[in-house]
Amino acid sequence: MSALLEVRDLVTEIGGARVVDGVSFQVTAGETYALLGESGCGKSMTALSLMRLLPDGGRVVSGTVELDGTKLFALPERAMRQVRGGRMAMIFQEPMLALNPVIRVGEQIGEALALHRNLSGAAAREAALGLLDAVGVPDAARRLDSYPFELSGGLRQRMMIAMALAGQPELLIADEPTTALDVTMQAQVLDVLRTLRRERRMGMLLITHDLGVVAQNADRVGLMYAGELLEEGTRAAFFAAPQHPYSRMLFEALPRPGDGGRLATIPGQVPRLDTAFTGCRFAPRCPHVVARCRVESPGWQALGDQRVRCHRAGELPATGVRAPAARRAPAPPAAPLLQVDDLKVHFPIRRGLLQRTVGHLRAVDGVSLVIEAGRTLALVGESGCGKTTVGKAMLHLIEPSAGRISLAGEPVTAARLDRLRRQAQMVFQDPFGSLNPRMRVADILLEGMEALHVGDAGQRGAAVARLLQQVGLPDDAGGRYPHAFSGGQRQRIAIARALAVSPQLVICDEPTSALDVSVQAQILNLLKDLQGELGLAYLFITHNLAVVEYLAHRVAVMYLGRVVESGPAAQVLRAPRHPYTQALVAAVPRVDTIATDAAPRLAGDQPSPIDPPVGCHFHPRCPQADARCRESYPDVTHIDATHWVRCHRVAGE
Amino acid sequence: MSVQPVVLWTDALIFLLLAAVAGLVWTIRRREHLRAPWVAVAERPMAMAAALVLAVFVTIGLLDSLHYREQLPDSPADAPQYSVEVLSVFDALAGELRTQKEKTYSAPLAMQLYAKEFIERDGATVRDYPRLVHGGAHLTDAAAHLPDIARRVGVGLALGLAASLFVFVAFAAWRAHRARIALRAWLADWRAGRLDWPARTLAATATLLAVLGAILLQLAAAYHVFGTDKVGQDVLYISLKSIRTGLVIGTLTTLVTLPLAIGLGIAAGYFRGWIDDVIQYVYTVLNSIPGVLLIAAAVLIVQVYIESNPESFDTAAARADIRLLALCVIMGVTSWTGLARLLRGETLKLRTLDYVEAARAFGVAHARILTRHIFPNVFHLVLIAIVLDFSGLVLAEAVLSYVGVGVDPTMYSWGNMINGARLELAREPVVWWQLGAAFTFMFALVLAANLFADGVRDAFDPRMGGRR
Repeated sequence: MSALLEVRDLVTEIGGARVVDGVSFQVTAGETYALLGESGCGKSMTALSLMRLLPDGGRVVSGTVELDGTKLFALPERAMRQVRGGRMAMIFQEPMLALNPVIRVGEQIGEALALHRNLSGAAAREAALGLLDAVGVPDAARRLDSYPFELSGGLRQRMMIAMALAGQPELLIADEPTTALDVTMQAQVLDVLRTLRRERRMGMLLITHDLGVVAQNADRVGLMYAGELLEEGTRAAFFAAPQHPYSRMLFEALPRPGDGGRLATIPGQVPRLDTAFTGCRFAPRCPHVVARCRVESPGWQALGDQRVRCHRAGELPATGVRAPAARRAPAPPAAPLLQVDDLKVHFPIRRGLLQRTVGHLRAVDGVSLVIEAGRTLALVGESGCGKTTVGKAMLHLIEPSAGRISLAGEPVTAARLDRLRRQAQMVFQDPFGSLNPRMRVADILLEGMEALHVGDAGQRGAAVARLLQQVGLPDDAGGRYPHAFSGGQRQRIAIARALAVSPQLVICDEPTSALDVSVQAQILNLLKDLQGELGLAYLFITHNLAVVEYLAHRVAVMYLGRVVESGPAAQVLRAPRHPYTQALVAAVPRVDTIATDAAPRLAGDQPSPIDPPVGCHFHPRCPQADARCRESYPDVTHIDATHWVRCHRVAGE
Repeated sequence: MSVQPVVLWTDALIFLLLAAVAGLVWTIRRREHLRAPWVAVAERPMAMAAALVLAVFVTIGLLDSLHYREQLPDSPADAPQYSVEVLSVFDALAGELRTQKEKTYSAPLAMQLYAKEFIERDGATVRDYPRLVHGGAHLTDAAAHLPDIARRVGVGLALGLAASLFVFVAFAAWRAHRARIALRAWLADWRAGRLDWPARTLAATATLLAVLGAILLQLAAAYHVFGTDKVGQDVLYISLKSIRTGLVIGTLTTLVTLPLAIGLGIAAGYFRGWIDDVIQYVYTVLNSIPGVLLIAAAVLIVQVYIESNPESFDTAAARADIRLLALCVIMGVTSWTGLARLLRGETLKLRTLDYVEAARAFGVAHARILTRHIFPNVFHLVLIAIVLDFSGLVLAEAVLSYVGVGVDPTMYSWGNMINGARLELAREPVVWWQLGAAFTFMFALVLAANLFADGVRDAFDPRMGGRR
């Protein structure tokens, strides 16, 4: 089979940094080639080099790229414009940024059609409708006349795909197409891409950091590290027996169901690309390193369906899939630490000249939770379901509209927040936004102690040193500013800040979603260790179910401001009873199973919390909904002492 | 001869500002994250060349802000009496430039007046252009005029080059000594642009300034370089004296603007609710009143106050000075809205950031959140606004004085120069040099300020990050 895209020895520099260094691979028609790697390893720059869309200061130093026989780097810019979008199209990570917000999507698709297929007027509209059908946009005729802000993230990304398809490209480059989307949306978009590739026999270059996405979609996989390809092979071979130590460690760093122990972590971090490398680039972090690795850069070695750049290829002991650890016994119930009853957060919607309240956005609409001392409760759901609002309302960062919060049996009132603040603290999602760039780390850690008058002023310096050591940061970190630290280290600082007032409960709001897999494993291990050492309770807010299974004792699943299912983590995730939980679990791309299109997919989007559907909130998307679901909101149905669901179907069984 | 120092209101404020800037520089030097953007500014050739030009202007302005009164020569020693004329250190340095007055207009570098008069020549009374009292007085023959000018320009050029070469070599030797390398090696680095600051551009700018200065000095010793004005005063002197007025307007106005803009802008953005509403209404109302109207009204009020309280001001300079200060204050009060709006928007964004939420989760007081989390993170906007507003304010002064609501008519300012030149533009032959001189000086100052502001904005604005 001849290659559709052939990349040979591509070298790209930006400023003084070699962001892509000697990358070669092929993509054949109808095949998905996945470029896998952590952030900052040169995946996106490889794609931009192919499109000749490098940012200012970037240039291709050497190498050739052939698209079906055409040498792309030899084309004049004028001809290259025909190739871009015409023969080779690209979709980007952020659908909101890639669509022009003031032009109707129909016109934006029409623009691409006019450019590449000379279509206009009715013919263009016809073609655009066809494209929207192809990417599975329901109610396509109406959607063509909407503006991007009227569409959900998943729909926008599909519009982007439709635009990319307008020129009938032979090759589609998808740069992290689903990273900004929820799992349910991600599953929908990946389905669309899979179907399109099959129907149109396009080649696809899929760029991602998510092993699960690769496992579900790729035919062949190339693993990038520090600007180089380290390993390449068919999906089956790569997932069955990864050869490079780096790939193996990536797999081991993934939290998997039923794992009780520590995650393997990769020490250190991805090197900066402007360093001069000698020898193997992974050597400083490699557990199997030998003297030769440090001086001689390894060449390719073929191993069956795979090839790998490692001096010790084939010598390393075969690793099977990790034996699943013994299933944890369900933890005995502990004393309730924080209890939330019927918490409501309604934001008034004001309109008109006098700002009269015309309605409420019910972000949280009657949530009751119990967090036990020393245990982890995970709160999961799609973005926009109100899970972060629950966390913030519990700390009175957002004033709750109704409901009771009691701490160790005593109710928390707005007048006595100090007690709550000493007992409960928060770790935020974005490690880059949660630390003030103008304050030194020591000052950041001291802030809480000073505000809440924790400990003696004289001993706080020692407390800072102890905290830094506790979260695994160097002693001199206190004197430096946050910009001197990587994402994972910043998240450690954020955790240390929360721990500074010795709380018993830490609310973690997606603490690992902005981090790479290997760093995520470090943070998860740290959280687990701290729980063991200090007896902390966590409220873990996340959309990542794999993390939930690894860390949580109990799970509460939220949909549109309400908890729809709650129970012990293992039970809820393995035998979900609510149709929504079932769909969530099914939508997670797993590394160990292959996707089938028959898997139940959640259709449509989450409705707006301003105007929730009558009856069960989930019924418009529920495959099993019946008349009763459209009329009344279901009551709690207990499956056993600790596991309950709000669903008419379950109640009827 | 003994002197009595005089501290005018604006002098005090200028030196206060200077102290504040010095304090800020000292703070910034010690903090790495504050120093980094300034280091980036220092690496930009255009910004540094502009800074050098600004430094020359500021030096003249500061010298002109050290005021004193001379003791009258015939006053008794035990009860000294002082002249009513307030002079400055700059006046002392300018020396004869201030005192060498002609009768009326004369063109730049001229030997004769610009108007014909009846003069005695060879016993007969003829109507002709009379010779100037000072300009070109050393020449006996009109034919020697142009060669003399050429000779002076040549000497100035040579002196300027020699002086800058000497200073450069001395500086290079000092740097090389400090870096512990040979002078030759340092010069090679300098020539190749390998130093970590734009040394070549700075050397070229400094040389240019030195040569210009030397030529001006040479010519000014014997001529009126920019001619004389209606009452025969040297226009070069007036232009140089106007620098202080421009700088005072450009900087002191900011002093009034900043507390209002920062306080109200941040409060509106952080507290939201009714505080935000009130502040927004205030600045919307203020913005909808024509600025010139407010300024004219305020200046009039100050004028009336000065005239009804003559005993409060012992000299004419003090009267003019209080009017200048009033102009700064009223311009500040009308111009804080833009920056306040910008800061409100930025604060609205910052208050939702996680680190502010984290501080609130600890129950940190509002005042502390504002000073530790919000203010340091909007400070770059304040700085950019200060340097960008400076040139606008200098120009605004010129416009206001032209309209007649600016500084005191007796005060030297570019606006007053333009105002005075206005009528003479209709005259035939035209008197252009007053306008030309005011234009040249204002242009140099504003261009330098704008180029420097560009450099500062590029270095501080995070959106410009990485772009050169």
